[in-house]
Amino acid sequence: MQDVNWTALIIFVLLFGFITWLGFAAAQWRKGDLDQLQEWGLGGRRFGTIVTWFLVGGDLYTAYTFIAVPALAFGAGAIAFFAVPYTIMIYPILFLVFPRLWHVCHKHNYITPADFVRGRFGNRWLALAVTITGIVATMPYIALQLVGLQVVIGAMGVSGTGFAADLPLIIAFVILAAFTYSSGLRAPASIAIVKDILIYTTAFAAVIVVPIELGGFGKIFAAVPPAKLLLAVPGANTTGVYGVYTTLALGSALALFLYPHSITGILAANSGHAIRRNAAMLPGYSFMLGLLALVGFFAIAAGVGAMPEFAAGFKQFGNNFAVPALILHSFPSWFVGIAFAAVGIGALVPAAIMSIAAANLYTRNIHREFINKDPTDKQEAQMAKLVSLIVKLGALIFIIFVPTQFAIYLQLLGGILIIQTLPSVLIGVYTRWFNDWALLVGWAVGTSAGVWMFVAANLGPNYPLAFAGHTFPGYTALYTVVLNLIVAIVLTPLFNAMGGKQVDATAAADYHA
Amino acid sequence: MSQQSSNRQSASRSGWSWWYLLFVVQFIAVLWPPFYNSVEPSWAGIPFYYWYQMLWVIIGAVLTAIVYFATED
Repeated sequence: MQDVNWTALIIFVLLFGFITWLGFAAAQWRKGDLDQLQEWGLGGRRFGTIVTWFLVGGDLYTAYTFIAVPALAFGAGAIAFFAVPYTIMIYPILFLVFPRLWHVCHKHNYITPADFVRGRFGNRWLALAVTITGIVATMPYIALQLVGLQVVIGAMGVSGTGFAADLPLIIAFVILAAFTYSSGLRAPASIAIVKDILIYTTAFAAVIVVPIELGGFGKIFAAVPPAKLLLAVPGANTTGVYGVYTTLALGSALALFLYPHSITGILAANSGHAIRRNAAMLPGYSFMLGLLALVGFFAIAAGVGAMPEFAAGFKQFGNNFAVPALILHSFPSWFVGIAFAAVGIGALVPAAIMSIAAANLYTRNIHREFINKDPTDKQEAQMAKLVSLIVKLGALIFIIFVPTQFAIYLQLLGGILIIQTLPSVLIGVYTRWFNDWALLVGWAVGTSAGVWMFVAANLGPNYPLAFAGHTFPGYTALYTVVLNLIVAIVLTPLFNAMGGKQVDATAAADYHA
Repeated sequence: MSQQSSNRQSASRSGWSWWYLLFVVQFIAVLWPPFYNSVEPSWAGIPFYYWYQMLWVIIGAVLTAIVYFATED
């Protein structure tokens, strides 16, 4: 540990100490009985517009986002900007669909998307499919937040061999586990406020100070190799990277709010109004995401990739080291501490929400559905707390023992999996038209096709769909959800004709105020 | 929740409002890369590809705010 950046580390630790305290103190905020699953797992559905903004923003803009998006821009160039159209498209979806989900979940005390599917379609197996998909898609995402934390800890020079190397991560994990256990969703909601202040400060400093240091945007873009500056124009008979760009943006936008942690953040709001207002306000984060993608270019222009002091970091973390390197290069140590704390805290907040969401799913839709049908409130809350702990522990073990690249692959696959819940959840809040078994078959077909295409593309998210002599490379998630829908549409009249009545615990009026 | 349910013309009640068509605008604006995949016209040294998409973040936020106020009770 010879090269530790002590100033940065001390500030980092102080800020972490503060949010640790905050995480525990949050249990007293808008106080409720944390032995009730709704209080622990959804904060009692009490968060107004402003807190929802921080919570949902904390969900969507994770440490992984801040490290990985610029890393993609640094390595691959213009295609990283798909994050911008993606965020432009998510807010209309949030605005239109999710107040309806909020109202019906509020009316019927549904805590998870699987609760909703169970009530809407009356099919416990369809709900189980949604549950398993949700849990499987969330787990690698939690692991990746820890990777973001690992990168900034390493960037401060904290190193060691064997157990010592993992110790900081383990300490962070213990802190996270402890305050999540005690305070539930209130913990990440309160910490998200601190995180956002730090992230916005860092982001704005980065996009103002660094371009000045580098001599202006003209010079920065001039330093980007022409091949990376724009999207490559597709060749003959293929939609090329244009198709990839468009389908990545649209597919990711559709998938985002299907993730259990996004839905948890939304259901914790105190009204449908809060969600709609947020749909107008959250684009503030989008602007920042665009700026972050540009930070990847700043790193190219600054030449941090070639600097010897960062060679070890790039070797260990690959392009994910681009942002930490740029921050180390451009700012004094005390600001580095703040910036890295922003990323580190930006890892803990979504990790907490994701583990709570996964725990809610298991507790309600596996344990209560199939194992203990009549738990007391306290038993339910206890089970969720325990599962949340196990889920985080699993992620920690995964990150320590499994190569990071594996976690990235799994997260890419996760997007392909979670989008298969679109017909039941996103469309389900609008209409009961689909037959529940048809939806289940559609889900199975979409999921199998998705896994197959993912493997066929060498564990990549984009598949070169080919017919009639043309190739259409695009995001597997989008292709497979279309397949899923087609299957469900074709089978619905068929299965309805074969008998079985339509069960629906919800009424049309439940979906709005 | 609201005392004016009798004279409410809530989009959330009927599930549809023509204002929602404004959202289509921002989808179309960004879903056709060939249109904006160029360096010129650049602005302040930033290629068109980049400032065009960032601009639509702002326009999209404004459109969403318009729809919000137009359809809110």
